[in-house]
Amino acid sequence: MTRRQLWRRIISHLDLPLLAGMGLLMAASLLTLYSASDHNFERVLAQGANILVAFCCLWVVANLPLHYLMRTAVPIYVLGMLLLIGVALFGEISHGARRWLNIGVATIQPSELMKIGVPLMMAWYFEKYEAGLTLKNYIIAALLLLLPVALIARQPDLGTALLISASGFYVLFLAGLSWRVMGGLFVAGIASAPLLWSMMHDYQRHRIEMLFDPSQDALGKGYHTIQGMIAVGSGGILGKGYLNGTQTHLDFLPERTTDFIFAVYSEEFGLVGNLILLSMYCFVIARGFVITANASTYFTRLMAGSITLTFATYAFVNMGMVSGILPIVGVPLPLVSYGGTSMLTLLLGFGMLMSIQTHKKLVKS
Amino acid sequence: MNNRVELKNHQQEIFNFRLRLFIGIGFAMLLLGILLARFVYLQAIRHDYYQTLAEKNRISVMPIVPNRGLILDRNGVLLAHNFSGYTLEITPSKVVNLQATIDDLATLVDIQPRDRKRFKKLQAESHDFETLMIRSRLSDEEVARFAAQQYRFPGVEIKARLFREYPFSEKTAHLLGYIGRINLTDEDRLDENDSLANYRGTDYIGKTGLEQFYENELHGTTGIEQVEVDSAGRAVRILSRTPPVSGNTLILSIDAKLQDIAEQAFGELRGALVAIDPANGEVLAFVSRPGYDPSLFVDGIDADSWKELNESPDHPLNNRALRGQYPSGSTIKPFMALAGLFYNTRSPSQTISDPGFYTLSGSSHHYRDWKKGGHGTVDMFKSIVISCDTYYYGLAVEMGIDNIFNFLSRFGFGKKTGIDLEGETAGLLPSQEWKMKRFKQKWYTGDTVSVGIGQGYSLVTPLQLAAATATLANNGVGYKPHLVREMKNSVTNEIRKLENKPAFDMKLDPAHLELVKRAMAAVTQPGGTAAQASAGAPYTIAGKTGTAQVVGMKQGEKYDASKIDERHRDHAWFISFAPADKPRIAVVVLAENGGHGGGTAAPIARKVMDYYLLGKVPQPVVPAGKPIAVTTPAASGVQEVEAD
Repeated sequence: MTRRQLWRRIISHLDLPLLAGMGLLMAASLLTLYSASDHNFERVLAQGANILVAFCCLWVVANLPLHYLMRTAVPIYVLGMLLLIGVALFGEISHGARRWLNIGVATIQPSELMKIGVPLMMAWYFEKYEAGLTLKNYIIAALLLLLPVALIARQPDLGTALLISASGFYVLFLAGLSWRVMGGLFVAGIASAPLLWSMMHDYQRHRIEMLFDPSQDALGKGYHTIQGMIAVGSGGILGKGYLNGTQTHLDFLPERTTDFIFAVYSEEFGLVGNLILLSMYCFVIARGFVITANASTYFTRLMAGSITLTFATYAFVNMGMVSGILPIVGVPLPLVSYGGTSMLTLLLGFGMLMSIQTHKKLVKS
Repeated sequence: MNNRVELKNHQQEIFNFRLRLFIGIGFAMLLLGILLARFVYLQAIRHDYYQTLAEKNRISVMPIVPNRGLILDRNGVLLAHNFSGYTLEITPSKVVNLQATIDDLATLVDIQPRDRKRFKKLQAESHDFETLMIRSRLSDEEVARFAAQQYRFPGVEIKARLFREYPFSEKTAHLLGYIGRINLTDEDRLDENDSLANYRGTDYIGKTGLEQFYENELHGTTGIEQVEVDSAGRAVRILSRTPPVSGNTLILSIDAKLQDIAEQAFGELRGALVAIDPANGEVLAFVSRPGYDPSLFVDGIDADSWKELNESPDHPLNNRALRGQYPSGSTIKPFMALAGLFYNTRSPSQTISDPGFYTLSGSSHHYRDWKKGGHGTVDMFKSIVISCDTYYYGLAVEMGIDNIFNFLSRFGFGKKTGIDLEGETAGLLPSQEWKMKRFKQKWYTGDTVSVGIGQGYSLVTPLQLAAATATLANNGVGYKPHLVREMKNSVTNEIRKLENKPAFDMKLDPAHLELVKRAMAAVTQPGGTAAQASAGAPYTIAGKTGTAQVVGMKQGEKYDASKIDERHRDHAWFISFAPADKPRIAVVVLAENGGHGGGTAAPIARKVMDYYLLGKVPQPVVPAGKPIAVTTPAASGVQEVEAD
């Protein structure tokens, strides 16, 4: 095998347009991280390592034929559920929430696994009963979604629970859940809001209250929102310039390498920078939809659509939270925030997208 | 057939999925659109607002407190200055358990119960986020000990601060006053004057005395430093700096050595002394006894010390020279004599026959002279030398209260002198109008009798009497007494002399003045009421003794100092100037419960004059309680000791 052939072999299952969009976002991540960490190059290298590890996993998944992918659905889901039950029973408490499970070698957060596991399981289920879907199938699929979501919401981790609900709902929606049922659910949701409110933890209520009026506790819980908005707003059209953000470098921004990295970017690159960033996201999302539209099987269509929509949702929730239109729910900015776990989860999803894109030709032939 | 249905279903399915996918795409684009709209709103429309907030976050305007102006005496001796020292300060809001922290600190640094009490008081008066002093003036060793353990005490820090120090301590307390922490009342006043901004960062303000009166001169102008700060408030770099301007130096007319000698001359006595240069109204010494330690107030006084000072029967906080109001007693007589001459009520040579008492026509009431049996034939000269009461009872009645009021008020009685200190009292010069207003009663001739010898309703302050004495010494040309001579600009070192023009000229007849001054000079000569005061002096002293009654005497009762509780004894006055022919200094002494003016008050004035005129420093003080025995023929008689 020549070097050229080897190279072909390596990239044969990678989707280059998608890869290019992701690469741009990751470059923005490394650039912003250098500023956000106050010129800490080690942080940048660590994120580079995160990307590298996650990319290897992406490559493996992208090269897996679709039937392998489908076969992993049930084991992943069952494992995830067992771990979630384990968390509920033996989980470690930190910051008032039980999210982590010590499995001897490391502590893990099973809810991360379920971000992939739940839509995968639901897509698998719909594929299995594709022939004649009835309301019963939708109810069972909804239960497959609600069980882990309930466990995660109990931890409590409302942010993750809502995002997994969203990804599961996208599967239900794309699988053709009738408009009437969705309408009914919507009305029921509105009606049960007060009940939900009463079931929430105090800190969750505070976060929602803060959203409506962050200034009522400017030094306490509203601080994050206010400082985020100040950073974004003071960036102006052109931004304060790379490494010149005062909110960032004078330590006014909380969590600025992780959840609030967008505030750093936005302060230094301004509205123009934001437009560029939104364009990159738009490009990645658009490519995801192209892959979805071209997907050959029911399972892959549902999976690709859900992954793409979930990605869009993550980006929206994070940027919305930093710019003050959504409550603070610990959601990182996809592909940009520092962190190994979220990078891995995302790239596994993109790996599936690439597998879906690159294996259908083989199926056809 | 089956195949076709399946195919159709498949196409239908694809169609349905595509429809849903388009809705999904629309939803994703909607989300991105919302974000875009939000960014435009924050970054383009509301940019100025958030820019301002970011700048406010980032830039902190730090005041740079100016050095307070110095206070020097006329010879350049330091009376008030600043020295830098270390304080231990606590920010209550940053400390979890305040009591435990202070207990812990006490193992490193000496913390007395009074420090704790003072801290509690400070805490009650301040916000929790302010840093409050627990100990001042730490020794180097204490600083080192704390610095090594500082990590154990979050919210506790050592600060270098400027302290105000008064080297003469209680000897200048009533003159200089003191500075103290700015309280809410001060803040309101500063706010009214629009000077609150200039006091940003300043903790102290003049509370009494010259520190209060010349606050504007002494404080200086606060500098400004714009600093970039991080979220923890730490300064990162300086953006701009306007240096502070130190307060101006006050140069007083006070002679510190003279002040010191006057203080010591009082011994254990309470009272007041004011010495004035008659030629220009400059105050040379300004004493109120007892004094107090002004540094107690600078650090913030603790409750115990405050109680002790406030409840002491000696009233050390009372500025007697400025605010003490006493009957003038016989010291008013030279002024009454001048009035009598001015209104032609009595000629110098006109005599009266003194039987030892005075009666108003149509009344049997005896207004007694201090000397039983009287002084015999008395003219104006003799009336001053021997302090004949009967003479002045008659003179006052003949002149009438209106004339007395008019003449004495021109001398400044019943009015504030306008000295450069706050809180002066006006004394009381009674008049018909005053009595009507005060008691809703008309004035009786009987009221006039006692005014003639400075009793009755009339009250004077030592300062007032000193100013009047200086005016008399200066032949009726009066100056507003003042303590500050000049001010030195802290930047240019330019010296600005304070305006010093005569305040008024009474245009008195030189012949009248000559008579009264001659008589006052005779007071300190053998045969006068203060003969011992000038014994052995190479210059002549013109003076007048006086006694202010503390408790009234019944008709026929004899005053016997030894039988009366010490605090009910009469107050002794002595007014004087010297040299008699060409006065360079006027001294007024009040010795509370001192009994006789010639015996206790005059020797104090003498010591002050000796130093001022001759540069003579008095010998160590005679043990307290023993009267100063000076044997002169006139002083040997019982009469003289009892005379007022």
